[in-house]
Amino acid sequence: MNPRLKSILLPAAAGALFIAVWYAIRFAMAEEMQFLLPTPGEILGAFRENGDSLARATLNTTEGALLGFAAAILVSMGLALALSLSSLVRVSLYPYLMMLQMTPVIIFAPILVLWVGAGLKSVVVITFLICFFPLVVNTTQGLISTDRNLVELFRMYRANKAQEIFLLRVPSALPYFFTGLRIAATLAPIGALVGDYTAGSSAGDGGGLGFQAIIYSSQAKYPALFATAAVTCVLGFIFVAIVLSLSWLALHHWHDSYERADR
Amino acid sequence: MPTPPLVELRDVTKRFGAGPVVLDRINLTAGEGDFVSLIGPSGCGKSTLLRLIAGLTPLTDGGVTVCHQTPDQAAAELAFVFQEPTLLPWLTVTHNVGVPLQLRGIGREQRLAISRRVLELVRLGDRGAAYPRQLSGGQKMRVSIARALSLSPKLLLLDEPFGALDEMTREHLNEELLAIREHQAWTAFFVTHSVAEAVFLSNRIVVMAAKPGRIHAEIAVPFAYPRTEATRLSREYLDLVAEVSRLLRSVEEASQPVHA
Ligand SMILES: Nc1ncnc2c1ncn2[C@@H]1O[C@H](COP(=O)(O)OP(=O)(O)OP(=O)(O)O)[C@@H](O)[C@H]1O
Ligand SMILES: [Mg+2]
Repeated sequence: MNPRLKSILLPAAAGALFIAVWYAIRFAMAEEMQFLLPTPGEILGAFRENGDSLARATLNTTEGALLGFAAAILVSMGLALALSLSSLVRVSLYPYLMMLQMTPVIIFAPILVLWVGAGLKSVVVITFLICFFPLVVNTTQGLISTDRNLVELFRMYRANKAQEIFLLRVPSALPYFFTGLRIAATLAPIGALVGDYTAGSSAGDGGGLGFQAIIYSSQAKYPALFATAAVTCVLGFIFVAIVLSLSWLALHHWHDSYERADR
Repeated sequence: MPTPPLVELRDVTKRFGAGPVVLDRINLTAGEGDFVSLIGPSGCGKSTLLRLIAGLTPLTDGGVTVCHQTPDQAAAELAFVFQEPTLLPWLTVTHNVGVPLQLRGIGREQRLAISRRVLELVRLGDRGAAYPRQLSGGQKMRVSIARALSLSPKLLLLDEPFGALDEMTREHLNEELLAIREHQAWTAFFVTHSVAEAVFLSNRIVVMAAKPGRIHAEIAVPFAYPRTEATRLSREYLDLVAEVSRLLRSVEEASQPVHA
């Protein structure tokens, strides 16, 4: 079979099978339990029914995710630069950064709400915290992994520190930065959703997807709950797709990860 | 009449920290237009000597002057070609060649103009838009040489630039290097492990011995420039290669540890 066709047909067949099994399980369930597993059709219906509130919640969550993500990028760049410039700073801070990366931020969500207030602010802070560590760790690694021969070349031509950083270290750290960015991009919508789940608020314009999830769940609107999950999934895809495109733009000319197999 | 020395090494001694003496009282001068090859056993300090001349590592004792200045003051006059091409993979060939100019604050227009001109010299005028990964090993090395030439240096230091290339490519590049010198006059210090290459390129060959690194002998190469493929086939060339090889072998044997 044509490999291209194969790569379309096989997943399509698997998807069809999955949906068939889904329906089979659903109709095998006792009638009074069936509401627990909405069918894909019912989920689509929920989109129509709750379109407005879902759209509003999606916008709010996107806003929180974008702001937290952007803040994490900016702050991590600054910190990574500082860490890369001074091995003293790096050696003293790195273990704690790693530890913080392992710390489940979500545990502190309730207290964060008290610190910064419910709503968008909390969502942004939680998203920031979740995205920040993979970014800072990867970018720092990139900035200190510059090819030593190239550093020597720059010394040879008596480059000043700024030239060494911006013409050499930063470009050569880009692949590492994008690795961190890709991880952070998958985390950002999830972070915003989770943040909203614990710290969201209907104040202002009605909360985000996490807040909606709580409402749907308390109202036993399970098709709408599934629809919320689907929206979050799509949001994640969009974030990652954007990062992958940026990464391709920045790296495909020169980086080996984009080496074409037919060369 | 001999020209005043462009490079002068007086009793140059080098050790790294408290380690053994790597270079022991080296005395060497090179005048304008000299092409000096340095040859000797591995670890005898050839690379260290070049790095001292370039001011990339400090002296322990003695003195180095380049154009009557310290290597640091003369930095603008010298260029280094490393064994690896050391190109910036994210820049095109043209921009790679322009890096030293950029570091010296030369504007974009002028940089591009100079880059194009030196790329012509190394016969890569048509590959300016390529990225390093699209080039062969020999082409990358040519870009590296073009980059070194972009600043029109008075002194070119080359540390086994063709060591990683196959014999054919190496011979081609040897001829090209000499051809370039017809357009741009620079003094060269050239480290190599290939006697044939040293004889073909240089007018002086310095044979070094190891432990501690020191100058064992200096041989003058009398053939006139320009040298061509025909030079390689000449009797005198082959005889001199044989002579230098013999000398090098005796130095290498002397610096081997004695086994019981
Ligand atoms: N940065 C350094 N620190 C400590 N020792 C060094 C350093 N660089 C070189 N050496 C030592 O100095 C000696 C000479 O090294 P160098 O690289 O100059 O030799 P070389 O003649 O270029 O050898 P090769 O032909 O293998 O390139 C070696 O014994 C090496 O171990
Ligand atoms: Mg060496």
